[in-house]
Amino acid sequence: MSRHHYNTPYGLIFISLFVALLLEVLPMPVWSQWFRPDWVALVVLYWVLTLPERISVGVAWIIGLVLDGLNGTLLGEHALALTVIAFLMSKWHRQVKNFPVWQSALVIGILITIYKVLIWAIQGLIGQPPNSYAYLFSILTSMLLWPWVQAVLTVRQTRVPLRTP
Amino acid sequence: MLFRRHSNPGFRFVILLVLSGCLMFYDQKKQQSEHLHSALSAVVAPLQYAISMPFELLAWAQDSFSTHQQLLQENADLKAKLLLQQAQIQKILELEKENRQLRALLKSSSYLGSNVKVAQILAVDVDPYMAQAVIDKGKKYGVFEGQPVIDADGVMGQVIQVGPLTSRVMLITDTRSAVPVQDERTGIRAIAIGTGPQRPLALINVPETADIKVGDRLLTSGLDLRYPVGYPLGIVKSVNFHSGQLFATIAIQPAANLNQSRQVLLMWLPAQAVYSEAKQDLEKMAKEKQETDKNPLPPMSE
Repeated sequence: MSRHHYNTPYGLIFISLFVALLLEVLPMPVWSQWFRPDWVALVVLYWVLTLPERISVGVAWIIGLVLDGLNGTLLGEHALALTVIAFLMSKWHRQVKNFPVWQSALVIGILITIYKVLIWAIQGLIGQPPNSYAYLFSILTSMLLWPWVQAVLTVRQTRVPLRTP
Repeated sequence: MLFRRHSNPGFRFVILLVLSGCLMFYDQKKQQSEHLHSALSAVVAPLQYAISMPFELLAWAQDSFSTHQQLLQENADLKAKLLLQQAQIQKILELEKENRQLRALLKSSSYLGSNVKVAQILAVDVDPYMAQAVIDKGKKYGVFEGQPVIDADGVMGQVIQVGPLTSRVMLITDTRSAVPVQDERTGIRAIAIGTGPQRPLALINVPETADIKVGDRLLTSGLDLRYPVGYPLGIVKSVNFHSGQLFATIAIQPAANLNQSRQVLLMWLPAQAVYSEAKQDLEKMAKEKQETDKNPLPPMSE
């Protein structure tokens, strides 16, 4: 482990989640809509991985509820799916932190798949499942974007040397 | 901050799972969760406005930087269009008067005019498998659940959620949407259901013998007491019969510009008038059916 840690202000966490929510509803051309990465899931997973003791299932649940409001879906649907993957990430964060970037992208892919399948299942239960398998495309784009999300959010944090207790 | 006691999220996780489960179950019973949706839509409204604003600014900039020549041209075009439409309205007014007189003769209530207000569609996307739009008018403007939304070319959908600042519109292409329609040419009634965004609508439960052809215009019949009577829904794109299937597969191209419209019209219908009109239609249908039941083989007309 390196001899420093990142001193992350709450402002950055808040702004990154806000931007992720904006990107989630940003108007895009019709053909590209299925490729929209799951921005909110990516950013939440990043913060759970980086600061598992501060950002965990509680924040994921609240953000998921906001996402339900934005998408007009069943209340609690995205909240449930995000909570599940945030929980899994908080269980695995020790291992995933030491993975090379392509391996962590793979973990992200698995978690986003769980997230999407959960939402698909809930939508199916209420009788409005996605009408196309293109729904799963965003798993790929999310995986591809993961290294960049990680890089951008990591650079924005100030490094401070680690004090030994 | 770093050395805070590391709490195990397992307990909170289970609590939150149960909480989301309860919330979803509660939300399924639509009537009670109304205020929850309304509150949440107030929370997300700033987000929606924030993302929509740059796009509106862009449109505004485009307008304000267009040249004098372009404006003159556009003005001339609009004037010509207005003249044409005013001429058409003259005819319609005449027809409306005639229609009212005929209805008076038939002792049926006349169809009162409806109240219309313009709303703007916010430039926000929703999940691509849901055909929905968010408009910038809410409870303050008197928007209500089930309110019909149309654009210049046809029916767009209905309001499904009303918030303080915004409302959510379900488009006719949504899989939950169903609009009762009537063939303009033959008067055959059917129901048009959505099959998903960017896809044609489908006319369901139409028997093979029904006279519906490619190119027929379908108008709303108003039998649902929700959509106004006689507004174009779409044009029949294809009619297919499969042997062994009871009903025809009919695809409809929606008339409204579901993806391009920025401005839409919210309608306030005189609900009572619609209701009585639909009731009369139903009664007439029942009477016709009774007559055909009485003599299953009607005598040939000369």
